[in-house]
Amino acid sequence: MYHRFDAVIVGAGGAGLMAAAQLAGQCNVAVISKLYPVRSHTGAAQGGIAAALGNVEEDHWIWHMFDTVKGGDYLVDQDAAEVLAREAIDAIIELEHWGFPFNRTPDGRIDQRRFGGHTRNFGEGPVRRACYAADRTGHMILQTLYQTALKKQVTFFDEFMMLDLLLTDDGVCTGVVAMDIETGELHIFHAKAVLLATGGFGRVYKVTSNALAATGDGVAIAFRRGIPLEDMEFYQFHPTGIYKMGILLSEACRGEGGILRNGLGERFMERYAPTLLDLAPRDMVSRAIYQEIRAGRGVDGKDYVWLDLTHLPPEVIETKLPDITDFVRTYLGLDPVKDLIPIQPTAHYAMGGIPTDVDGRVTIDEKNTPIPGLYAAGECACVSVHGANRLGTNSLVDLVVFGRRAGRHMLTFVRENDFHPLPKEPDYRARAEVEWILENEGTERVATLRAELQEAMMTDAGVFRTGDGLKRLQQKLGELRTRYSQIRIDDKSRTFNMELVEAIELGFLLDCAEAIAASALAREESRGAHYREDFPARDDANWLKHTLIARTSGGLQLSYKPVVITRFEPKERVY
Amino acid sequence: MQVTLRIQRFNPETDSKPYYREYTVEVEPTDRVLDALNYIKWYQDGTLTFRRSCAHGVCGSDAMRINGRNRLACKVLIKDLGPKITIEPLLGFRIIRDLVVDMEPFFAQYRAVMPYLINDEPPPVRERLQSPEERALYDDTTKCILCACCTAACPIFWTTEWLGPAAIVNAHRFLFDSRDRAAEERLAILNQKFGVWRCRTIFNCTEACPRGIQVTNAIEQVKRRILFEQS
Ligand SMILES: Cc1cc2nc3c(=O)[nH]c(=O)nc-3n(C[C@H](O)[C@H](O)[C@H](O)COP(=O)(O)OP(=O)(O)OC[C@H]3O[C@@H](n4cnc5c(N)ncnc54)[C@H](O)[C@@H]3O)c2cc1C
Ligand code: SF4
Ligand code: SF4
Ligand code: FES
Repeated sequence: MYHRFDAVIVGAGGAGLMAAAQLAGQCNVAVISKLYPVRSHTGAAQGGIAAALGNVEEDHWIWHMFDTVKGGDYLVDQDAAEVLAREAIDAIIELEHWGFPFNRTPDGRIDQRRFGGHTRNFGEGPVRRACYAADRTGHMILQTLYQTALKKQVTFFDEFMMLDLLLTDDGVCTGVVAMDIETGELHIFHAKAVLLATGGFGRVYKVTSNALAATGDGVAIAFRRGIPLEDMEFYQFHPTGIYKMGILLSEACRGEGGILRNGLGERFMERYAPTLLDLAPRDMVSRAIYQEIRAGRGVDGKDYVWLDLTHLPPEVIETKLPDITDFVRTYLGLDPVKDLIPIQPTAHYAMGGIPTDVDGRVTIDEKNTPIPGLYAAGECACVSVHGANRLGTNSLVDLVVFGRRAGRHMLTFVRENDFHPLPKEPDYRARAEVEWILENEGTERVATLRAELQEAMMTDAGVFRTGDGLKRLQQKLGELRTRYSQIRIDDKSRTFNMELVEAIELGFLLDCAEAIAASALAREESRGAHYREDFPARDDANWLKHTLIARTSGGLQLSYKPVVITRFEPKERVY
Repeated sequence: MQVTLRIQRFNPETDSKPYYREYTVEVEPTDRVLDALNYIKWYQDGTLTFRRSCAHGVCGSDAMRINGRNRLACKVLIKDLGPKITIEPLLGFRIIRDLVVDMEPFFAQYRAVMPYLINDEPPPVRERLQSPEERALYDDTTKCILCACCTAACPIFWTTEWLGPAAIVNAHRFLFDSRDRAAEERLAILNQKFGVWRCRTIFNCTEACPRGIQVTNAIEQVKRRILFEQS
């Protein structure tokens, strides 16, 4: 089926819906999403959204900008970080006006809490910057934005999965191809402008806080169409996932006063970050946990440590962290009011992704040349405000600030430009992919390959990496790629074929993994979340630059682009 | 431990009516029902079809009948169910395939109550003020993840056209928000014959809600509000 819209947004999480809200009523816009919008993973975000409102103590956008740059180990593009920190304030107020139910101060203003790496006066001590709604901030963002989109009468195509992106030979974006999951039918969406807002790819790892649907679809599709990916080696592990399950226990636990303890009961962060302690940035805390475990100070010599909330007043736990309390009770049968909680780092957030400028335009090279009509925002994009390590609460604000900017730029673009003709047989690639998977009579099971992929990524591209490990990983990925061509699925039906969906998603995960492995192997230094045991120091002389990796006919090709530095010269990162 | 799952199956391309199939799987007692379903799908029978995403009870994808009760498969542990588990799709909706039902009528009910903040007064430069006490009035109903466990558990919903508890919960969320100005229009919708008065206070909905929302209580508050505004 053929559809024509001025603007098509792929993804109905925070980034996609924020953009949709800018376009609705102003032009003809459609949102397509493989999940019902309210099922998007933005809804799982817990702790907060950063903005220097200064409602409970002095704060300034420039302090927020500084923390973002330092937290990102100076790989952040500072022009983008300045936009983020300045516009965060206005974006939060806009959310409030749309009905966001923030927790309030006694005088009725938006309340704020502490979060890792957010400081007053350029690092002096923690500051209350995270606006929140209990520990369901992401749920409330998703609800508020979906409600706003309904109010503005956005057209939704729910449970439609994008399979391909349409670019002309001279590099203009003309639309997307998507499959209606319920019927298996392919739909061609002809558009003047397309926004990719498809979220992250945590499912490349075995232990992750990410949803089963977080499979990097948009990132992989862009990569397949020749668009380079930026900084893919920077993948964040959040320190506090529920042991073995990976379910996140928000940093808000520590923001409210929670403490990490090793098997001996010691508050080990005193040794690693004497000023910010448990609220040091995530890359440092995750490494510290593993260092404790390696030194035999995990609990009972095993690979986990404790999160201790038992000293907090029970009413703080019940009222400010109700969902987390519920997770711990449901999945562990423990009571955070009196029990220690077993935690381990969990794969959480992709700092890298599809490169964009501050208006969300996807750029194709080191000179930031934009692709006409193609935009990206949210976790699938890399503007780069998170650099080598994202601070807590900075993703949700990234979604609303850059989702909004992308939406606004798209509006101007669709007003000034006409439809480009579609390529001939626009859906041939998507059709071939679906038919191939349905008909292939191999011997490999999708789930087996996926489990091996996740295991290998966890071992060799996790918190600690080495050159040898990454080479071994690349070999494994090559093997998995070959075996992927020999899959067989049981389900040959067209109706709601989730096995087909999972097989397609595995292909996307493989693409993401290959980009991560090659980028990580090339970067011979340690910075933020990318820690090379064979190159343990940061090396600004050689590596203060963004990685770009592209799939070409000759294989994967790496290039680099400079980091934008405006206000803050790179310094050593101590907390 | 070994458990047997008896699962209702239906594929409109090949089946004229639903039937049951049994699967036996080896699981940990602390596994979720969703883990068992995934295990079957991944390693035994790829045709078994259900929705899922977050796997920890926050996205609302995997509402289904588990031993006769509406629950999220990712929020029930095997050890709380024992070795024989029956799984069926939610009642009252068209079955698309296996455990996947057509949610569109459910979202239509949701849209019918105007589930968004309405306030045409020009907003202040900064946030609108709201005291913690005002905020607390609608805290409970902001937790809704639109999973449909409540609505699909309501006997009135199975037989009669009506808004259902989830839509009313979401109306409550705005009716009791001090910033909203559309109470009159919303109450008029809820006061119609397919509105709140269909509820017989049977409490099935409250029991079913995986988010612990006091659903029946919210419905009662809305009823009282209608009566109060009318007098
Ligand atoms: C457990 C958890 C807690 C978090 N807590 C916080 C926090 O407190 N503060 C913070 O700042 N950040 C937090 N984060 C990070 C943040 O929530 C995410 O980075 C962010 O929500 C991603 O939003 P998004 O809009 O980019 O994507 P998502 O919300 O993941 O949405 C992706 C959308 O794309 C759609 N989609 C994907 N692929 C396709 C396809 N092929 N075709 C069609 N549609 C597709 C999906 O259906 C979905 O609608 C947390 C993350 C997790 C996992
Ligand atoms: S209390 Fe009302 S809404 Fe809830 S199940 Fe009973 S009749 Fe239905
Ligand atoms: S009120 Fe509870 S059961 Fe009903 S839809 Fe909302 S979360 Fe689900
Ligand atoms: S999978 Fe999200 S609620 Fe169960």
